[in-house]
Amino acid sequence: MSAIAELKRRGVVRLELIGLAGVIERNIYLVKRYIWWDVAFMLWTIANTLTIVFIARGVDVSAAQQNELATKFLVGGVIWAYLGIIFEIVTETVAWERWEGTIEYTFMAPVSRPVHLFGMGFFAVLYGIVRASILFVAVVAFIGINLDNPNYPAALALLGIASISFIGIGMMTALQPLISTEKGTQLGFIAQGMMLVVSGVYYPVSVLPEWMQWISKFSPATYALRGIRAAILEGAGLAWADVWPLLVIGTVSVPLGLFVFRTGERYAKRHGKLKRSG
Amino acid sequence: MTVSSVEARSAPAVEVRDLRKEFVRRSRGRRRRVAALKGLTFTIERGETVAILGQNGSGKSTLVRLLSTLLLDDGGTARVFGYDVARETRPVRRLVNRVSVEASFFKKMSAAENLGYAARFYGMTPKQTRSEIPRILERVGFPADRRNEAMEHLSRGMQQKVALARALLTSPVLLLLDEPTTGLDPRSKQEVQTFIREIQDAHDSTILLCTHDMDEAESLADRVGLLDRGELLFLEPVEQVKRRFGVERLEEAFFAATGRSFEDEANEEDKDREVFA
Repeated sequence: MSAIAELKRRGVVRLELIGLAGVIERNIYLVKRYIWWDVAFMLWTIANTLTIVFIARGVDVSAAQQNELATKFLVGGVIWAYLGIIFEIVTETVAWERWEGTIEYTFMAPVSRPVHLFGMGFFAVLYGIVRASILFVAVVAFIGINLDNPNYPAALALLGIASISFIGIGMMTALQPLISTEKGTQLGFIAQGMMLVVSGVYYPVSVLPEWMQWISKFSPATYALRGIRAAILEGAGLAWADVWPLLVIGTVSVPLGLFVFRTGERYAKRHGKLKRSG
Repeated sequence: MTVSSVEARSAPAVEVRDLRKEFVRRSRGRRRRVAALKGLTFTIERGETVAILGQNGSGKSTLVRLLSTLLLDDGGTARVFGYDVARETRPVRRLVNRVSVEASFFKKMSAAENLGYAARFYGMTPKQTRSEIPRILERVGFPADRRNEAMEHLSRGMQQKVALARALLTSPVLLLLDEPTTGLDPRSKQEVQTFIREIQDAHDSTILLCTHDMDEAESLADRVGLLDRGELLFLEPVEQVKRRFGVERLEEAFFAATGRSFEDEANEEDKDREVFA
């Protein structure tokens, strides 16, 4: 590569990074402006998770077993909430912009689509981790779960690695608001529900029918749930058996997500759907 | 892409050849193809201001959206400073910005926050926008003490000024104005038009103004075109249009060219085209 081409390339990289920071900055502004909605939604999420975790308290087993069951439910509830945030934010790449009417300005701006989507994904991960942490701490404090030797760094690291796959799948769910001007985030809810039902969100994968167990191998949530439960309950470190499938799924899902989104964008441009609704 | 690299290219600002766009309309289980643009051909030279007149559904917004890389054509070509809008979107996007009839902002965010967000996509850092946003807002006559107020609390006229500021902040070489004064009160309308004149005088921008306001077109544009039901009937200096049709006013030229008055009701096909505008 010639020196001029290299400088040009560096210039493009710099512009893309500024664009990526812009997406994150905008989302921070929006969280600030809608902070009371976020507080209300946080309270709802805590209450919802409590309804699940309290089931453990009603099971007729020893206190130690109750504690273990409550922790398993809690990890399931936290991952459910975390995935909800990831899919909601990445899907809103289009839905929110369409609703506000800014979609045309954003999609005609000279920032590449992968950078735009990664900006949304990166913010979703940061915001999701903050919310998941608050949810975890609030439920532990409210129910009084005893955690003897939790390995939080390992749990967070695994959540981070799994998030690569979650973002890739989120990009695919963002297709729906791109091609449907009226509907928004339903595909995100479907992906979230389908993924968690096969991944053992509140139960071991082994209780599922065999065909569902087979599907669970392709879900990143399976490995995230298994590894995070081991880290929180047993203080386990990062297990390669959980990490490599997540890396493989992430390596496939991100390019696939970008391809699906680009295809959807071309369809929207062909059929005049890249515009505000109403 | 910079203005200097644009200067190095000798192509016209906009070059459109036989540009066609159709949309599929579904009604009562039937699919129908509606032609929004029927083989448009025209050129806009650098630094020129061209106004395209047309009723609702005439294809003005479709043309603007094609030039903004938001639509893919069904035939023909459109080039901006020599770059194909369908295949070379990145350089085109760096050169073009627009102001549309709706101001279109994140309503809970302030003018300064909205402008900052838009500027990042064009490579402007927070350090640059800290000084540039107040300067550009002052230029469009936006009160400094309101720049941190949520957009939803601003009047339509104020919002449209912020929209102009957003477009100018990125120093576009081609500015697409899609009915920028529609729905504004007379004072706001006049302020926006005055500012467009200032852009013409102070910048080296090329302007494509789509409007259905004949007076606006006449007072701002070097050449005026008439887009009617997807066809460009003429694109000439105003005086030449009047001479050609032997009329005093542009409204009369519209009637002479189309056989209809500008206020005539749209037919079914016009309404279908409007859906996609």
